[in-house]
Amino acid sequence: MTTMTGPTPVTGAVGTAHTRIEGLDKVTGAARYAGDVPYAELAHGWLVLSTIARGRIRSVEADPVLAMPGVLAVLHHGNAPRVNADYTGLLGRPDPTVAVFQHDRVPFAGWPVALVVAETSEQAREAAEALVVHYDEEPHDVAFFAGHPGTYTPEGNPRMQAEAGKGDLEAELTASAVVVDAEYTTPQEHHNPLEPHAAMARWDSGRLEVIDSNQGSTWVAEELANLFSLDPSSVRVRAEHVGGAFGSKGVRPHQVLAVMATTVLHRPVRVVLTRRQLFSLVGYRSPTAQRVRLGADPDGRLRALDHQALNLTSKVHEFVETSAGLGRVMYDADAHHTVNRVVALDVPTPTWMRAPGAAPGSFALECALDELAEKCGVDPIALRARNEPDAGPVSGLPFSSRNVLACFQEGARRFGWADRDPRPGQRRDGRWLIGTGTAAATHPSGVAPSTASVTAEPDGTFTVRITAADVGTGARTALTLIAAEALEVEPERVRVRIADSDFGQAMVAGGSMGTRSWAWAVTSAVRELRELLVLGDGIPPEGITARSNTAEAVGALPMRERHAFGAQFAEVGVDVVTGEVRVRRMLGIFAAGRIVNPLTARSQLVGGMVWGLSMALHEEAARDQASGALVGADLAGYHFAANADVPLIEADWVDDPDDEDPVGGIKGIGEVSIVGVAAAIANAVWHATGVRHRHLPIRPDRVLLAGTATA
Amino acid sequence: MSHSTASVITLNINGEKHTLPVDHRTTLLDALRERLDLTGTKKGCDQGQCGACTVLLDGRRAVSCLQLAVAAEGREVTTIEGIADGDQLHPVQQAFLDLDGYQCGYCTPGQVCSAIAMIEEHAAGWPSAVTADVRPQAEAAPLTAEEIRERMSGNLCRCGAYVSIVRAIAEAARPGVPRPPSPSGELGHLAGSEETEGVA
Repeated sequence: MTTMTGPTPVTGAVGTAHTRIEGLDKVTGAARYAGDVPYAELAHGWLVLSTIARGRIRSVEADPVLAMPGVLAVLHHGNAPRVNADYTGLLGRPDPTVAVFQHDRVPFAGWPVALVVAETSEQAREAAEALVVHYDEEPHDVAFFAGHPGTYTPEGNPRMQAEAGKGDLEAELTASAVVVDAEYTTPQEHHNPLEPHAAMARWDSGRLEVIDSNQGSTWVAEELANLFSLDPSSVRVRAEHVGGAFGSKGVRPHQVLAVMATTVLHRPVRVVLTRRQLFSLVGYRSPTAQRVRLGADPDGRLRALDHQALNLTSKVHEFVETSAGLGRVMYDADAHHTVNRVVALDVPTPTWMRAPGAAPGSFALECALDELAEKCGVDPIALRARNEPDAGPVSGLPFSSRNVLACFQEGARRFGWADRDPRPGQRRDGRWLIGTGTAAATHPSGVAPSTASVTAEPDGTFTVRITAADVGTGARTALTLIAAEALEVEPERVRVRIADSDFGQAMVAGGSMGTRSWAWAVTSAVRELRELLVLGDGIPPEGITARSNTAEAVGALPMRERHAFGAQFAEVGVDVVTGEVRVRRMLGIFAAGRIVNPLTARSQLVGGMVWGLSMALHEEAARDQASGALVGADLAGYHFAANADVPLIEADWVDDPDDEDPVGGIKGIGEVSIVGVAAAIANAVWHATGVRHRHLPIRPDRVLLAGTATA
Repeated sequence: MSHSTASVITLNINGEKHTLPVDHRTTLLDALRERLDLTGTKKGCDQGQCGACTVLLDGRRAVSCLQLAVAAEGREVTTIEGIADGDQLHPVQQAFLDLDGYQCGYCTPGQVCSAIAMIEEHAAGWPSAVTADVRPQAEAAPLTAEEIRERMSGNLCRCGAYVSIVRAIAEAARPGVPRPPSPSGELGHLAGSEETEGVA
């Protein structure tokens, strides 16, 4: 008879702060990221990108470059291996950007036109910069604005319809005592993980091996198998440590190019994107133009809610930034209309970026709520409480748990909201005008099928294998705690191995679905293992392994509105001389289910709030209409929050139980914390100055031009 | 490769001498990463904007992507691999670990190196842009959170771990926390040390 736990089962691993399992490796520099793993005979690839925004490649003058020292190959559309991009993968059809070098068309500025491979990165870089490419240029359209004649309503999908509505919108707006009708814009934003995308590819005994930086190694492996028409079992992708991702680290040109180059050269090839190349090759958040119309009774009860959002996509692939989706969860109204529209331009395809849809959408909707509160003379928190729905406003489904008001209550108490004078422009500190603002946050809490295995080792330890990815979220540590709790052992007896496609299919680290999806697979495998151990009489040298696949259980999950919620609070100072806005303090209170590791969860929540601050005040990519390319595509031209921009930010949570949940009430926390932050800051800027800022970022020039509405 | 584009140089890294031929175009960062397998130093932007490649050059912080390897000859280079004393972590490393001063960890080696030199700079009386009294005779200002934020703003963290980074550095810099001597010994007072090439 095997005992798993010894005399006393150990519980309580989940919910107890634990430093990161790989923390020692990270603070000593021992952790190897994708570009850090050495290989003998490694060759280096350097990408050449298009300098025009639309047209055809007339010629690639490869010969002079091939004569340069160390140059091994110049791959381009005329000589590259063929790939097949006509398939549907885990997350849909691939962006044609990954099917590099298959034709002579250039669909946007910064499109890959050649890869120079050389013995050293210095040689590859110099040759890439020397490579002459001739183009036949065609006129391009990169101008994004509300009312663009190319605007259309996309088809949508079952999870997110493009357009949803009920009631007679115009009639309810007409009947409303108070109406807010405002337009908001958010700029193009870039993920910019600190680790640029990197991949090493090589053929090893008939198998393709890729050392990568990604959000899902089985996902990338399957995409590569599809693209190169390979047996999926002959592709192995690993991503042990990932230096940030935020939605940008899926299948991108660098992996495809590394595979092409190693196939041609028969030696390992590493392709690392430069910081500048990230700006056109790994996706970004589309700019948005949004119109929100709210109609309410004098007390603020909503009669009409209309949210129309527009984003851009490329002319080669459709991406919808679902900014109008938020209202379908947050607020009910007698007439309710939400629509996401798109316009296709000669630009790279945007993609998911931390809280896609919800981040820009919440800026518009939560600012509009604040404007309505002002017009009604109702406290912004009371206004939200007055419009709290009993069920999904559009779906009619019950919420699995919804504790947004508890977040506001706790946040208001800790932030000192009750002492706030609701009138704008009342507080001054030297040349700074001071204001406070608040906004709600929400993000879906989804789950997707995953597999995992758990092995009981003869030495009394346990090994978990799952193709999770730790992109800085603390996933490795969280899964260790989850497995330990399920096994009723100390976390020190559990070894979690992740990010290896050989471990089998699992959800990617994205959509705030990773931890919840993986936790379900791990706890299911543990349950199987415990049954095997009860039956068994000793552990053989190879251990005893149980496997799980949650596909069926996920499919049987009852339909609910499942979301995390939160309340954001910000205090800002506005310098009336320079126009500078500085955030003085922020507090976020979240209802995000069962918190697995308080230490890393707090870091992740605060990190999301820093993103929101950065979105509100700093981030903006500018596209030059003449060239069609970005201006200042680097970390000097594209500023995201630095240390000095960030004040003391606190994040905490309220109880948010869901006793019916098969995953123990675990929700995702990666995205909810950015949602609403920009609105809370913009609302605080209004409270400070008396002026509404409806266009992000709230730059000094915008503040100066808008002036103040104070005495 | 012709003779004119390469040299054999000797680099002093973490107290060890390494003699190697390098392409003159090779940065110190690439020499560390690609030639010496010291990959703890990270490449975030390769143009001096992010601070991920921060190392200590003669005890001062510098971005190694803007330093040519050939120009580092004769300098004492300390990378993240040389910060701990065997198994004994440097207090800054320990504080980052304990207080979760990071998330993805990619900027961490640069943050740690930068913080170690920054604490020394502050202790040596160097003012920052937020130091209220910058007169030479002014009393040393305490290393407040505001000072740390300002002095650490050359090291970007996209995960947004700044709040914990500041907390970790404040903990490590607390009077009474024993810190190993700076790799180069004493830093000069500002008046005597105007060269700040490649300072992060």
